[in-house]
This record gives sequence, C-alpha cells and structure tokens, in this order.
Amino acid sequence: MTRYVILGTGVAGVAAAEAIRVDASAEIIMVGDDPHGYYSRPGLAYYLTGEMLEKHLFPFNTKDFAQLKVRYVRGHAKQILRETHQVEIEGAGLLHYDKLLIAVGAQALRLSIPGAELEGVAKLDSMEDARRILQLAKKARRAIVIGGGITALELVEGLVSRNVKVTYLLRGDRYWNNVLDEHESRIIEGRLKEEGVELIFHAEALEISGRKGHIEALRLLDGRTLKCDFVAYAIGIQPRLELAQNAALAMDRGILVNEFLQTNDADIYAAGDVAQIYDPLSGRSVLDSLWGPARLQGFVAGKNMSGGRHAYIKAVPFNVTRLAGLTTTIIGTVGRGRDEDIVGIARGDSETFRALPEALETESNFDVNHLRLVVGQKTLLGAVLMGDQSLSVPLQKMIIASADISSIRPTLLEGKQPIADVLIRFWQEWRQHDSRA
Amino acid sequence: MPIFDFLRAESNRHTASSAGQVVPDSARCVQCGICTYNCPIGIDVRRYAWAGEAVVNSRCLTCGECIARCPRGVLRFEQTDLFVETAR
Repeated sequence: MTRYVILGTGVAGVAAAEAIRVDASAEIIMVGDDPHGYYSRPGLAYYLTGEMLEKHLFPFNTKDFAQLKVRYVRGHAKQILRETHQVEIEGAGLLHYDKLLIAVGAQALRLSIPGAELEGVAKLDSMEDARRILQLAKKARRAIVIGGGITALELVEGLVSRNVKVTYLLRGDRYWNNVLDEHESRIIEGRLKEEGVELIFHAEALEISGRKGHIEALRLLDGRTLKCDFVAYAIGIQPRLELAQNAALAMDRGILVNEFLQTNDADIYAAGDVAQIYDPLSGRSVLDSLWGPARLQGFVAGKNMSGGRHAYIKAVPFNVTRLAGLTTTIIGTVGRGRDEDIVGIARGDSETFRALPEALETESNFDVNHLRLVVGQKTLLGAVLMGDQSLSVPLQKMIIASADISSIRPTLLEGKQPIADVLIRFWQEWRQHDSRA
Repeated sequence: MPIFDFLRAESNRHTASSAGQVVPDSARCVQCGICTYNCPIGIDVRRYAWAGEAVVNSRCLTCGECIARCPRGVLRFEQTDLFVETAR
C-alpha cells in the first residue's frame, strides 16, 4: 500500500486527494495547520461584506472527506527528511511518506512599519483573519487600508459594508497600475469614492501610533497624521518556502517543478500558490495565485504521484473578480511593470498578466461597461472586461485557443466601429468553425 | 390590469425557463458557495460546479437566482431540446 502525504489543506491538496483516490487502496494523509481546514479562500471577501455566512464557505463536509478516505492530521509540518522519506509534524512526530505533495500555499507579507504589532492592525489571509476583521470592525469607526490588488479592495469593501469609514492609501498615482490601464484604474477609484471611500495618492505609511495597545493614528511620510482606530493591509503574498528551503529542494520565487509538477526530488511534488511553473507563453517559470490553476495543478500532481504521466500545460491565466462592485474579467497579458502597492505577487494575480510584449491596444467604453483588447500580430493576447460580461466567455475561449483574428484586426485597431460588436460578430462566426469554442 | 400583467409575466417566465438548465464553467469557480446559499430550494449548486456538471435536479426551478448571484460568471442557462420536441 502506497502512502501519500499531502501538506496543505487548500484546493490544490483536495484536488490531489481526489485524483489519488482513484486507487482505492491508497493511504492518503492530509496535513495542515489552518484550524478551519479546507474552505473557499476567495469566498472570504463575501463573508466580509455579509453576503455569505461563515458556515457556508466549506465546499466539503466531513462525509465528503470520509468518502475520500483521507486521514487528516492537524499540525504544522516542520521539516521534510528526504533521506528517510519522513515529514516532521509539530506535536505529532514523524510521518512516513512514499510520495509527498507540498501544497502549503502562500502567506500574506507582513507590514513592517512601527506599530504594525498593535491590536487593530489586520491582514486578510485566512478564515481566522476574516473573523478578526469582523470582530474589530464592530468597534471601529475609521479604518485605513494599505496595499493593492484584489485583496486590498476586498478589505475596503468589507469594511464599507460594515459601516466603517475607510481611507484607502495608495503609494502611486493610481490603483493596480501594472495590470489595469489608467482609464480602468479611474473607473474603480470613482466607484470607491461614490461609496464614500477617501483615497489618498502618493501616500507612504510611516508609523502607526497608539495607546494601551489600541490604534490612534497613522503617520505618513509627508508628515500628515490621519486619525484612525483600525488599519488593514494587503501588500502582497509570498509562497511558503521554509520546508523546501530546509529540504534543499530547487526553488526560485516558488518551488520549481517540471511539467509533471515534480520537484528535483522524484518523490516530492508541488502544486498551487507555492509552486513556480513553466509558462510556455512567456518562456519562463512564473507564479500564479489563482484558484483554478491551483486546483488543476493539484489534480495533475495527484495523478502523477499515483503512477500517471500527465504534463501540466500552463494555460493563459484569467480571473473574474469584483473590483469595487464591478465584475471584471482579466485574461492573458494586459499590463507590465511594477505596482508600488504590492511586493511581488498578490492573491488572484498572475505574473503572466504583467508580461505584456510590444503590442497594440484598442478599447471602448460605455459608462461602466469597458473593454480593452491587447492585439497581437494574428491573435488577441489579453483583455480586460468590466461591467457587462457577455464577452467574458468568448474572450476567454478565443484568447486561450489563439484564434486567428487577422480578418478583424484592422477594424479593431481603426476604432471606427464599436469593438465589442466587431468581436461578437467574429465570435459567432468563429464558434461555428472551431471545435475549441 | 397590473395584476394581470404580473401573472402573465410569471407564466411567460416559466415557459421560457423550463426548456433550459443551469450549466457551470468550473474553471471560473472558486467554490465560494454563494449559489448554494441563495438557492431558494436548497440545491447544492456549488457541488455541480465543482464536478463541472449541469444542475440536473428535478426540483430546480430554473429561477436564475444562482446565475444572478454568482460573482464570477460561472453559471449560465443552456437551452435543452427536451420541450422543443413536444411543442412541435
């Protein structure tokens, strides 16, 4: 009987367990230190706004895990002993493995300014964090949110819906500048202002001050002092690399894996936010922090751990999310450069989003319905779609399939006709003739 | 007249929606469960989305609540031919 040990209880780990379970005799053990086990991390945003109750964020119940015949060990994996095929679990001793999956995800980077340790400073990384934010929000009157990307807006929106007055600090001159273009940033910022959020640009938090452990104010680099009683931040995430580092596995920004999701140790695999994966689009190994790819990677790793030989081909990344209440689809390469509000990568983010080659762009706007296309020589390389989502699925399919758009390229770039209409007509034609539609 | 209009709208809605089913696109789903939470008759729509299967449940009203509430455009109606045949 082969023993499979999965480190991490996120979606990659669960998907791997499902893939391994095809072998009825396999012994599967999941190890995790999150007291809540497997839940929808992206769903925490809707828990904060009050659209969801905590108990509904768990996709699997105990019966599901029993059916999968997964043994769950709660504890922190301290180190991997490759020579003896063992994992040391804090408080639970040594655990033997035949095949091991590292799917421990990524963790929020900590704010490192003075005062960051005060009660009333929060990040949004886990269910525990979300609970704490809701607890703090009950008493808070004025909150400051620091950071960028999707998570920072989730914090802003969560707090606004809990009737907390929010000031949102941005280091640069606009929101998410390496994925969104200026027009798109302004759409989001405008909507935040409508919700009563105060935005301060070129704001660098210097210090949080308080008394008896409670926050009283936040001081900016330019000398201004902002009164507040709550500070929430999302300044990026970092793959949890301690285990791989101590076990001397090959790594860069994440754990490096081959197309079979195998590390440089043939019995150890990695999947999800912790893994750094070869991207045929950009020709380099990149980090994604997306739920869909994490699930697929976990599944492929599980298949390969249990005797399969399936290559994981990293697809064009896409994310559908809500930014300031506006449904937004981001597909492929749409931006470049660095976002001052994020260190490295954020949740819901892909490094591929920012690998924009020299390409032409075209866009159209109708009030809040916005579409931007990144147009390559023969194909669409990326798109940002805000508001009306009728084009979301067509764009996803055409970009992933590298549909040849030569016939409409001049019309798209000319900009005389509404590009959404041109695209819909093309899509209707294309889907008739292409099996990938 | 308003009441009559209201009833007519209701009956239209049922006729229109009964020939369809809710279909997920799993690649977009993050298992948040908003669909399941908002289903008026308690169908675990999220489970279908995980499995990538159409919501084949005889109790489904095809009311569209799950489709409208999903924040990521995972769910859509797909027309089925089921009733087209009998209508002919």
